[in-house]
Amino acid sequence: MNDKKLYLALFILALAAPAVLYPVFLMKVLCFALFACAFNLLLGFAGLLSFGHAAFLGTGGYVTGYLMINAGLTPELGILAGTLAAGLLGAVYGKLAVRREGIYFAMVTLALAQLAFFFYLQAPFTGGEDGLQGVPRGELFGFIDLSNNLAMYYFVLAIFVFGFWLIRRTVHSPFGQVLKAIRENEPRAISLGYNVNDYKWLAFVISSALAGLAGSTKTLVFQLASLNDVHWHLSGEVVLMTLVGGMGTLLGPLVGAGAIVTIQNYLSGGELGNYIHIILGAIFVVCVLAFRSGIVGQFQKMLKQNF
Amino acid sequence: MATFLGINLFGLFGQLLVGLINGSFYALLSLGLAIIFGLLKIINFAQGAMYMLGAFGAWLALNHLGINYWAALVLVPLAVGAIGILLERVLVRPIAHEDHLYSLLLTFGIALMLQGLFTHLFGSSGMPYAIPDELKGGTRLPFMYLPDYRAWIIVASAVVCGGTWWMIEKTRLGAYLRAGTENPQLMQAFGINVPLMVTLTFGFGVALAGFAGVMAAPVYSVSPEMGSNLLIVVFAIVVIGGMGSIGGAILTGLGMGIVEGLTKYFYPEASTTVIFLVMVIVLLLKPAGLFGKEA
Repeated sequence: MNDKKLYLALFILALAAPAVLYPVFLMKVLCFALFACAFNLLLGFAGLLSFGHAAFLGTGGYVTGYLMINAGLTPELGILAGTLAAGLLGAVYGKLAVRREGIYFAMVTLALAQLAFFFYLQAPFTGGEDGLQGVPRGELFGFIDLSNNLAMYYFVLAIFVFGFWLIRRTVHSPFGQVLKAIRENEPRAISLGYNVNDYKWLAFVISSALAGLAGSTKTLVFQLASLNDVHWHLSGEVVLMTLVGGMGTLLGPLVGAGAIVTIQNYLSGGELGNYIHIILGAIFVVCVLAFRSGIVGQFQKMLKQNF
Repeated sequence: MATFLGINLFGLFGQLLVGLINGSFYALLSLGLAIIFGLLKIINFAQGAMYMLGAFGAWLALNHLGINYWAALVLVPLAVGAIGILLERVLVRPIAHEDHLYSLLLTFGIALMLQGLFTHLFGSSGMPYAIPDELKGGTRLPFMYLPDYRAWIIVASAVVCGGTWWMIEKTRLGAYLRAGTENPQLMQAFGINVPLMVTLTFGFGVALAGFAGVMAAPVYSVSPEMGSNLLIVVFAIVVIGGMGSIGGAILTGLGMGIVEGLTKYFYPEASTTVIFLVMVIVLLLKPAGLFGKEA
């Protein structure tokens, strides 16, 4: 029950947030939070470190952007198409990646994502180095004009809530329990008769589709799909967000995404902009060495110890 | 122009040579990764950054300290190896007992910091490094022109890779290393200083990347990005070869360089992706990798 009250409070906060904070900033946080939540479904709950999740975010973004520009789809259909495309790519990449474990899994996903990067770099429909610019936001269901930032914000919030709900539902389902069992002791899960590769694969597909959903949404928000969205830097950033917030916690990626996006926004505005990668790298190192449970994980530990 | 069955031999051999050179670098980097992986069971994500450090080290040595290429070829790998030893002792060691994913993330963070630092200091555009005078010429072979420096890269990396292979597979020191790979606890019980061996191994693996960086400085431009782009390809190569064998890492590296060179000639559009596609095929047919042991 306590959980539900917390979520409700957060939801009300999110509803009121545009009154205090700039909606575009909030939308950026929500998009990356959804991305990180999707990534965390794999890392935190199935123990699979994907180092190529930008491929799915970028695929969602490119497909949505291309269809919005060239086919004149309504935003909900554009996003649906982007999400499906990312899920499809995830189905193929996942089939390949689950054939290896541990650090090999990380290397395979990174290499596959690089394959996607080079594909989008050369493919004629992505606009190469320029990316797809001026993607129209369109009118939701044909009558809600999303060029209004506030309307767009509530649409993004609805998408995030849906994505978060789906992840929470997955984690707490029997399927999610098996994932955790695989994370904790894979040989035992195998000996209990679970076909672990199928479970990992399905988790991979869900995760990549949701990452695609985040990418599609992000493309609408910024009206841009570019190579940055498929670059390995971004795959690293989502790992960092999850690590900072707390991997294996539901709210961790949200908190981590908020923290990292805030830091990036703050740095890119000031003189420290040049140091951004040094600082992100340093946060990585410090978190791994001394802060492995992340903000939310640490908070939960303190709650357990004190109450 | 020499042609055979409609194939332009000059172009073909030219691309094969480029492929062999790239393959030499792939071999040096994946060899370093495999050595480190063997004993520490971690993947060093900073290997590309160490390669970049090697190239910058050579550049800085020449332009600020007046140290020429030949001296840099010895000194810079030593310096990079020393940095590796420091990193292992200060950062990697404290989390050695944790899940290996953490050390991967740690080395990724280190790579990000180093790349960011050098981008900040030197900008992201590349800097030229002159080929040493002794190797400026070239030889005209019947079917191609072979620049001396390129020949030198192939010979030098073959010697270093071969020497490393010999040291690990044929000497007493290598026997310790292989035993440590199998069972470090038992080695420790026999009175071998395993922690020292781990540190030196890490330093050596990293120094190989530094050596590759110095070699690369005259052929590729010296830039902060040079390491990360290369490393992702090397990861694919490591997946293709499997990290079980030292010889396998070397052969796969060279072989993939040649495959890439051939692709550049026959179907240039796929030259950046062909190695990843080979990885996909290997994953489908022999998931453990060409030289890997089935887990």
